[in-house]
Amino acid sequence: MSEIPEDLRFTPQHEWVRENDDGTVDVGITDHAQTALGDLVFVELPEADAEFSQGDACAVVESVKAASDVYAPLSGAVIASNEGLTDAPERVNEDPYGAGWIFKLRPANPLELEDLLNADAYQQLLAEADE
Amino acid sequence: MPFIPHTQSDTSAMLASIGADSIDDLFDEIPADLRGSALEGVPDSLSELAVTRLMQERAARDQVGLSFLGGGAYEHHIPAAVWEITTRGEFYSAYTPYQAEASQGTLQVIYEYQSMLTALLAMDVSNASLYDGASALAEAALMAVRANRTSKSRRVLLPATVNPRYHSVLETITGTQGVEFLPLPYDLETGVTDCTALDAYAGQDITALVIPQPGFFGALEDVDRLTNWAAQHGALSIAVVNPLSLAMLKPPGQWGAAGVDIACGEGQPLGVPLSSGGPYFGFLTARQKLVRQMPGRIVGRTVDVDGREGFTLTLQAREQHIRRGKATSNICTNQGLVVTAATIYMALLGPVGLRQVATACHANAAALKARLEGIAGVQAAFSGAHFHEFVIRLDQPVDGVLDGLAADGILGGLSLGRHFPELGNALLVCATETKTPADLERYAVSLERQLETMRNGV
Amino acid sequence: MTEPLIFTQSQPGRNRRAHLDQAEAPLGLPAELLRSEPPALPEVSELQAVRHFTRLSQMNFSIDTHFYPLGSCTMKYNPRASNHLAMLPGFLARHPLAPLASSQGFLQCMWELQEMLKAVTGMRAVSLTPMAGAQGELAGVAMIRAYHLHRGDAARTEILVPDAAHGTNPATATMCGCTVTELPTDEQGDVDLEALRNAVGRHTAGIMLTNPSTLGVFERHIDAIAEIVHEAGGLLYYDGANLNAILGKVQPGKMQFDVIHMNLHKTFSTPHGGGGPGSGAVGVGDKLAPFLPVPIVAREADEYRWLTEADCPNSIGRLSAFMGNAGVLLRAYVYMRLLGRRGMERVADYATLNANYLMAELQRAGFELAFPSRRASHEFIVTLKREAKELGVGAMDFAKALLDRGFHAPTTYFPLLVPECLLIEPTETEPKEALDGFVAAMVEIREQAKTDPEVVRGAPYTTPVRRLDDVRAARQLDIRYQPDAPEPDTVSTRQVV
Repeated sequence: MSEIPEDLRFTPQHEWVRENDDGTVDVGITDHAQTALGDLVFVELPEADAEFSQGDACAVVESVKAASDVYAPLSGAVIASNEGLTDAPERVNEDPYGAGWIFKLRPANPLELEDLLNADAYQQLLAEADE
Repeated sequence: MPFIPHTQSDTSAMLASIGADSIDDLFDEIPADLRGSALEGVPDSLSELAVTRLMQERAARDQVGLSFLGGGAYEHHIPAAVWEITTRGEFYSAYTPYQAEASQGTLQVIYEYQSMLTALLAMDVSNASLYDGASALAEAALMAVRANRTSKSRRVLLPATVNPRYHSVLETITGTQGVEFLPLPYDLETGVTDCTALDAYAGQDITALVIPQPGFFGALEDVDRLTNWAAQHGALSIAVVNPLSLAMLKPPGQWGAAGVDIACGEGQPLGVPLSSGGPYFGFLTARQKLVRQMPGRIVGRTVDVDGREGFTLTLQAREQHIRRGKATSNICTNQGLVVTAATIYMALLGPVGLRQVATACHANAAALKARLEGIAGVQAAFSGAHFHEFVIRLDQPVDGVLDGLAADGILGGLSLGRHFPELGNALLVCATETKTPADLERYAVSLERQLETMRNGV
Repeated sequence: MTEPLIFTQSQPGRNRRAHLDQAEAPLGLPAELLRSEPPALPEVSELQAVRHFTRLSQMNFSIDTHFYPLGSCTMKYNPRASNHLAMLPGFLARHPLAPLASSQGFLQCMWELQEMLKAVTGMRAVSLTPMAGAQGELAGVAMIRAYHLHRGDAARTEILVPDAAHGTNPATATMCGCTVTELPTDEQGDVDLEALRNAVGRHTAGIMLTNPSTLGVFERHIDAIAEIVHEAGGLLYYDGANLNAILGKVQPGKMQFDVIHMNLHKTFSTPHGGGGPGSGAVGVGDKLAPFLPVPIVAREADEYRWLTEADCPNSIGRLSAFMGNAGVLLRAYVYMRLLGRRGMERVADYATLNANYLMAELQRAGFELAFPSRRASHEFIVTLKREAKELGVGAMDFAKALLDRGFHAPTTYFPLLVPECLLIEPTETEPKEALDGFVAAMVEIREQAKTDPEVVRGAPYTTPVRRLDDVRAARQLDIRYQPDAPEPDTVSTRQVV
């Protein structure tokens, strides 16, 4: 059973979004996603200042057997990437919602947050996929 | 039936197990209008004896005595042990080492190959090889485009002294991806890249600069200056080198202030027979920071569950079977068997033997050049240093001269008229370690006589 | 059993055997062009090198030593005669730029090979230059692009690929500047025709198909697919990965394919060589003939010569510096001459017989087939999802346990559509006894999985090394020997499960 924090928003592609007080958001991949991928060996981070539209591929997480795009959950500009993952991609496995965050975004259109799933809806999505 | 072991009773028992009446029934899902044998153009089978006679006869037809042909493929002596071991069934008939536990031999050979190549080139990382030198340069150019994130232009400077056949392959492989190659002219005096031509590109967005060593004319480029130019102008440097020459020449990892970013080339001189142009292998090496932009297979050392050292394919997420449309390249294979031969060749020769071969090549070419320059109607086309090839200019049409030499059982070199008409009656001549002083003399005498005959209009 | 790296066997000064007669001459070159330190290559005696590489060879599974039922790879016997005759001195010594007068023997072999491949595929023209299947694909898609552009139709940049396709298909399309649209497969393993109809349009450059598909079944709607794609203005690309299944039975040309690449290292039994060199000759119909890569061999009045850019102005160009993997092509030529017409027709017969027999026997032994209602082509898929769920022993575990029983594993986890799958291709050169032995081994592994699943999950035990730590290999990248670097410590970074 994978962990799904109540205070985050989610995408159907298994990204999570945390709203910060300063209006920025942190983005990572969910516990479910990291379990499905297995031990990560590399994270390709987005460049600072890069601008993405909602749904654009903007980072890549790699395990030994798979590589998966991470999509921008919201439109906006990248203001920071978790550089520590370059040397320690395993942080995504160990702490997907904390030390394993991938990048920080300044949303261009905060209304897009409404498109995202809450914890219950994401939980249900996983349950349906499991059937 | 060649190579099919089934007896009549095997076939019957197998069909009974399947529940089919005949082998034909097994094809009943194929629409009937598509079926039917149509191998009309294929001759009847020959016995191994008959095929052997046929092939011996054809191979014998193509034999020539003494060759001074180079131009990207070079005749070298290959110790007998190299291909004796390479063609052992366990190397020859194995497949890609996806089941690492059952492929440690192939995997360790490739790891040793990667280690030897990086040592020879003084580079950090090597892949498991690519198809040939030309396609390796194409992959290197694409790699530079991916890796140079500060450059948006996809413009690559390509000296005219890069093998003209490589130019053509570059266009074919990278042409659909918007890579543009800008020509750099060579100096007519020296036969190497005219460095002053770079000035025109200072301040422009250039993705990469290709640096051949030696150049197509055999002449040695000012690699330090070219490498530094690239580093100072935001371009990645791509060396394309003859690996054998690096036993005596400065390796690309040490060119200029900090070495090149990518080094590639044709591996054929390392123990691979001429064999009409292939199979050879292309090599591709780079700085550590570019390893994830490399195409092709890479072998890594790791440990097994019991802590024993072992080898496995690594960084596979770059490759097509995982990344599909987003892979670094569509390439699947390396040239595994040929790389096995090259690894054994380098192990047998070692640093001393390899240097012996390289210097003997150079000495033979220098001796031949000096001898030919003394012949009336022969002139060295370029001043300056060369490795084991050089260009001469003749006072007679090259094709006629080559025909005359061929009549004496000599392949006299490569006519440059088609690709470099500005050089006039120019001939690219190569002499490797395989040539004896008597061979060189025989060439000189034959050339002298031929020129004289032609001059006299006979 | 492991073999130390050759570098650790090196002793300075050991290999000063005389490779050459001449003493080393002074170079007379400026110092800044020269190497200052010799490269760190090993220094070993010839005997040491011979033993080292012979021992390494013995750590491989190969066709010559083991049954190797690797799906979609066609690991059939590689005749020794092919190797021996391709390595006759006259062929080995021929320089690629040798004049035509001293090339007629070689060129005749190549011309006849082109002709035989035309006959086998039903295509109009063939170029032998692509150096591997993936390069053949590149040539094929580049020709499709060139064809559309030549007609002034620049909008056709989309390549359709079934979701079961090999990863090279989409990777190739991308390399050629095309976009990729994946088509779903129906439950019977055929392409979903409705989805195809909806996908085609004025952007369609073509479709890449493998037939029989990587699912081990013949695409029964090939006529309809050809009609839909051609109607929409696209072309049909045949991925020849599975040509062995229909050799002498069906010509791709008859299935209305416009272009095909052949893997000569599969169907025509040139060696896989531990992963190359391969050869990916391409064949084309009328529409694409002008765009074939050069050089091509032509025969004029019993003389053979190269066709180059001058003869073929619309060619997509060159793919290799010379003419591709000539030595591989010679091996394929010898193989085809040994088989002849009748021999070639029997290839598909017995490859298909072996696959269907092995499939029937495995089903009888209780293994689940991915497509039980279908005939096998030359290969078929077993899914071990039940074993994975009930016994906790999956496709990877069966694969490793097979190694302990002297069988190379089938292809695992491909195609991606079928969970816990083994793609099994026995080829025509295996005797019934080998197939029966494989079934017995599979049954034995399953029995062991019921009583002692841990043992199966720990396999292999008899190979030179056991399961390797791939995660460590990727995280702590060690891809060349560095004498000063510490030897790998012997603790795995994770428990391999």
